[in-house]
Amino acid sequence: MHTTLSVFLAETSLIKMSGLDISMIVIYFLAVLGIGWYLKGRTSTGEDFFLAGRSMTAWVAGLSFLAANLGALELMGWAASAYEYGILAAHWYWIGAIPAMVFLGLVMMPFYYISRTHSVPGYLKLRYGESTRALGGVCFAFMTVLMSGINMYAMAAVMQVVLGWNLHFSIWVSSITVAVYVGLGGLTSAIFNEVLQFFLIWLGALVIPIVGLTECGGWTGLKDRIIQNVTHGGTYLHMWSTLGNFQDNPMGIQWVGIVFGLGFVISFGYWTTDFLVVQRVITTKDLRSAQMAPIIGAFFKMAVPLIVILPGLIGLGVFNRHGMTLVSADVAKPGQYTYNDVLPLLLVRYAGPGLLGLGVTALIAGFMSGMAGNVTAFATVWTYDIYRPLIRPLFRSQTSMAATATVGGGAGNGPVDGDEVAAAGDDQHYLKMGRWSTIIGVLVSIGTAYLAMQFSSIMDYVQALFSFFVAPLFGTILLGMLWKRATAAGGFWGLLIGTASSVGMWVWVKIDPSALSIIALSKYAQPMAQNMYQALWSWCICVIITVVVSYMTQPIPEARLKGLVYGCTEMPSSAHLPWYKRPFFWGMLALVFLVILNVMFW
Amino acid sequence: MSEKKTLPIWFFIGVLLLIYGILCLAAGISQFSHPPAIVLPDVHATFWGGVVLTVVGGGYTAFYWPRK
Repeated sequence: MHTTLSVFLAETSLIKMSGLDISMIVIYFLAVLGIGWYLKGRTSTGEDFFLAGRSMTAWVAGLSFLAANLGALELMGWAASAYEYGILAAHWYWIGAIPAMVFLGLVMMPFYYISRTHSVPGYLKLRYGESTRALGGVCFAFMTVLMSGINMYAMAAVMQVVLGWNLHFSIWVSSITVAVYVGLGGLTSAIFNEVLQFFLIWLGALVIPIVGLTECGGWTGLKDRIIQNVTHGGTYLHMWSTLGNFQDNPMGIQWVGIVFGLGFVISFGYWTTDFLVVQRVITTKDLRSAQMAPIIGAFFKMAVPLIVILPGLIGLGVFNRHGMTLVSADVAKPGQYTYNDVLPLLLVRYAGPGLLGLGVTALIAGFMSGMAGNVTAFATVWTYDIYRPLIRPLFRSQTSMAATATVGGGAGNGPVDGDEVAAAGDDQHYLKMGRWSTIIGVLVSIGTAYLAMQFSSIMDYVQALFSFFVAPLFGTILLGMLWKRATAAGGFWGLLIGTASSVGMWVWVKIDPSALSIIALSKYAQPMAQNMYQALWSWCICVIITVVVSYMTQPIPEARLKGLVYGCTEMPSSAHLPWYKRPFFWGMLALVFLVILNVMFW
Repeated sequence: MSEKKTLPIWFFIGVLLLIYGILCLAAGISQFSHPPAIVLPDVHATFWGGVVLTVVGGGYTAFYWPRK
């Protein structure tokens, strides 16, 4: 047995696990496969497979919404960023998430929910027409499956360093497991496992802040240690007071980029239009649950820095004190620890057998649920937004094509149109397509993972490509929901030119790095600032083009915009509910907490 | 969803956390006599973690146990 296992294990690793720790990982794999098997018999329609039967409660959808984003790369990456940049990294969890989540729940969710769309590209079809959906759907599906593979490779690389596992072993075991449980139980299975992972991550990671703060002498002791250990350590402990100038903080960024680039465009773009997360919310059983789900997620999101940012700061307090400084992966020599190792190093420092197994299981669960999230979103968009309108009609008779009547349609046949309702036979066909596209999605992801293994720079390119699309898409959907004058042509050209402008800026900086100072408006700007300003400009360009082209084209009759646009849609009132059940109350409370946290760490 | 009644996710979470809790509790008890080579072993994090997992997992399992 030991000889067989040693094939999959390298000689050196960051973490040495006991038999108990390994058995906890095995139990986790058996549990997720068991849940997939259990849910197989309960997934008999397309709606079951792609939308979890639209039966989830606000709590399940809310935790899943958050967990889909709380992958292991996220945990380890932001702990590393907190070690590198200090508490500034918490902006990505607070201003960079909470307002957008509340906005999704209170303003955008009614339109996604009332339109009964299956997906975000599905809303684009209803609002702007087939061409905009095709652009959105193809870009999203392509990027999602590539991201899934790149995450898979990143996971395997981390497992190799941290646990000493063989790369191929990690890739194949995790991807086969995901393919089996998502293929069997569809989105319900993915959501169940995401909620499970949410609990594992919290319970597995909490040991670090609790024991770490005990070692440092509480928050005050930790702050004293950072000020002593790190050059300009005081700047690592403030969220806003160092953001007046680019050169005053470790991140090389200024408040305009944080507020408008991160807090508005990037955050709203990701949390309100990325189908990977939005899909979890549209599975809810009613509109109130759909509105409450992202708000519930917002409260937990505010607490995530406790298990992500605080460990990074604890790393600054304990490692540097003992002369052990972690370095950037770009300059690390063999045997030297990097920023990315801060979370595993702290886990080894504080967790004995048992808790160590739980922590490692939480990391593996985080990786797998991230992969499952990508695969379920891909399967839905592929089946409903690419295969059904663009590919299947090519293989059907002319009569059937006329009945489907979806290809080349203009904007707004109103929500719940013929495209969104499938006949029983069709439904079984799409269910089968969903299961196959899950398997194919996983296989393409494996291919991408091997591609990334050969060309590691592809990881940067694909991550950048994904970000190109999100900011302009937010502009297109926001105008679509709030401005009834936006036309099909305006939406299409705004999205296309906005995305192209984002790509253009990125290429410009690649060719001429000094262009960053023009895009970010400062010669002191660092690469982190580029993402913010690139997103901001591409969003502005998308909005301007959409407005200009819309005024140049014929408006869409208001009757077609019912259920899709503010002012043309009767918004359900929550006045009959007691105040403590109203989404508005909880949304505002989340924003109040956000303000208090930012003032506390000003 | 299809007509078959589905067990709530909270039940599955409860069972898994209960199993992990019992394993951590057992490991934590043994670590009183054989402390692991970690920082602050006298905090007994594994034992207390096991207690929390067992209580949370046991509570969820009992509350969401399938009844006819």
